[in-house]
Amino acid sequence: MKNSRRRFLQIAGVSALGLGAKPVLDAFASESAHGPGYHLAKGEDAMDARQWAMVIDTRKLQTAEDLEPIIEACNKIHNVPTGIKNKNHEIKWIWEAHYHNAFTDKAGQFTSEEVEHRPFLLLCNHCENPPCVRACPTKATFKNDNGIVMMDFHRCIGCRFCMAACPFGARSFNFRDPRPFIEEENKAFPTRMKGVVEKCNFCAERLAVGKMPACVEASNGAIAFGDLYDEHSEVRELLKENYTIRRKQTLGTEPSVYYIV
Amino acid sequence: MLELAVKGNKWYWGWLVVLLGVIGAGFGLYLMQLKLGLGITGMSRDVSWGFYIANFTYLVGVAAGGVMVVLPYYLHDYKAYGKITILGEFLAIAAIVMCLLFILVDLGQPMRAFNVLIYPTPNSVLFYDAIVLNGYLFLNLVIGWNVLEAERNGVHYQGWLKPLIYISIPWAVSIHTVTAYLYCGLPGRHFWLTAILAPRFLASAFAAGPALLILLCLFIRRFTNFDPGKEQIQALAKTVAYAICLNVFFFLCEVFVAFYSNIPGHTTHLKYLFAGLHGHGALVPWMWAAMIMGFTAIVMLLVPRWRARHGLLGIACVLVFGCTWIDKGLGMMAGGFIPNPLHEVTEYAPTGIEIMITIGIYALGAFLLTVFYKTAVGVKLEVETE
Repeated sequence: MKNSRRRFLQIAGVSALGLGAKPVLDAFASESAHGPGYHLAKGEDAMDARQWAMVIDTRKLQTAEDLEPIIEACNKIHNVPTGIKNKNHEIKWIWEAHYHNAFTDKAGQFTSEEVEHRPFLLLCNHCENPPCVRACPTKATFKNDNGIVMMDFHRCIGCRFCMAACPFGARSFNFRDPRPFIEEENKAFPTRMKGVVEKCNFCAERLAVGKMPACVEASNGAIAFGDLYDEHSEVRELLKENYTIRRKQTLGTEPSVYYIV
Repeated sequence: MLELAVKGNKWYWGWLVVLLGVIGAGFGLYLMQLKLGLGITGMSRDVSWGFYIANFTYLVGVAAGGVMVVLPYYLHDYKAYGKITILGEFLAIAAIVMCLLFILVDLGQPMRAFNVLIYPTPNSVLFYDAIVLNGYLFLNLVIGWNVLEAERNGVHYQGWLKPLIYISIPWAVSIHTVTAYLYCGLPGRHFWLTAILAPRFLASAFAAGPALLILLCLFIRRFTNFDPGKEQIQALAKTVAYAICLNVFFFLCEVFVAFYSNIPGHTTHLKYLFAGLHGHGALVPWMWAAMIMGFTAIVMLLVPRWRARHGLLGIACVLVFGCTWIDKGLGMMAGGFIPNPLHEVTEYAPTGIEIMITIGIYALGAFLLTVFYKTAVGVKLEVETE
């Protein structure tokens, strides 16, 4: 054939394309689109649940000072770079907000003054139907067996689709290298690099060794934590006895963080 | 065929050198972004997509707009478009390459881009977007190149191209539909959460793509010996006229639903864009400029006498391009993210570096387009003189 070299290049090009498409076709063939595709081992002391959930008794957290140790405990343990002063680049795992920001669809002109002036703790809701997990193109964010919405910082490509998908503003992106902004590094938890998304992980690393989440421990009993599907769990007892609200419940994401007001 | 692109006058080479310079500058700044992170852009925790994704979205439309010449030619046998179909296809190729680059520069960890293929995730719309964009690029390369080569050799194009050509038509619709689905399936982003987003994207695309094509045809007509044809340009002008009308109509449908229902989640974003919110209104002049440009263009394009004058048509096309770029580029991003899910207003403006990187990518697209069009025009002239 006269144009044999060009022909070869053409065929090589199409073949390369075919190779690139193989894992894509495999994905369609596999039965399950859930999970990161690897197995997570469990330790002896690990606590388990079908869906971890949190009940925050906001009556017991009246002032910003009440929230401070809770937020600090989380920031310290997870190497959250609190030294970033530019608000646009902030990394937030658990933070304080006004009632009308926290509950945008429940804020009215005439609300109980006491509730309106109370500070509210915001964090990832670990939704039962998380839109962020749906949006992630690499399964870098995924729903764990225990209901926790996890992040794989090493797989995240930093497309920020999850941030657009989250209706709660719970996700932060590392717009710059966060390490210089960590006040005191906790060697037991990984620091992150620039260009990846992060958020609250319900202290999955502590639950794995039988410890309660850091914020729960620091809350003096204001925050309860337990299995939503165990009817004898502490959270279920509280949900039975108290009227609770959740953020943007009408969106159907089923947040796992409940607030007693 | 590419040998046709290495023969040109000093203007041609000068233009390519200028483009290379701009590409180089953009690339240099991109290396800086790679080192320092996306913090050098104007994006924030609240407005987490900005100029890059806006231009990506816009150019997907330009690429899809190419189908407005492909469809009448291949499906309705509208022979006149035979002269310019290749221009539409090559425009689509350049636009898609720019789209892919815009996605790449927007990634926080671009070295991990292939994770999308290594860990394919069929529940993510981005997964489908990667498939349709690359597929469309592939289709247009194969179809455009082979049809042009056949034309040069004076033979009918290969039979196996026919199914690919037919596939490429709905495929063009799919690229912009999937791109709209990136946005309109997200709970809690009410500005995007509307079933008419994909149709609106398509209407805007079928206005913007052909408008750019008209401008390119007018340029080719003036500065080369090849005439894309008055009839062809006028036919395209009609497409632009109807598409921009539809785009404005769809937008007004949005406005009606938002303000008649009076649901705050829906009105608040439009209020931010067109009137400002809590004292923030950086986009207000832009959005009104887009409205005025759109309506002016509609008037200019609907009156046949005005449309027929190439000078006025050129201006109308620039207006269409500007209007749709502001609407789908600036407005679509800022409107979706502002106010944020906590009803706080964080405004967004691209930084100088961000704009320069963007211009660098546009320069690369212009470079590709120049080389492709040079080749295409070269072939057309060869065939005409034979």
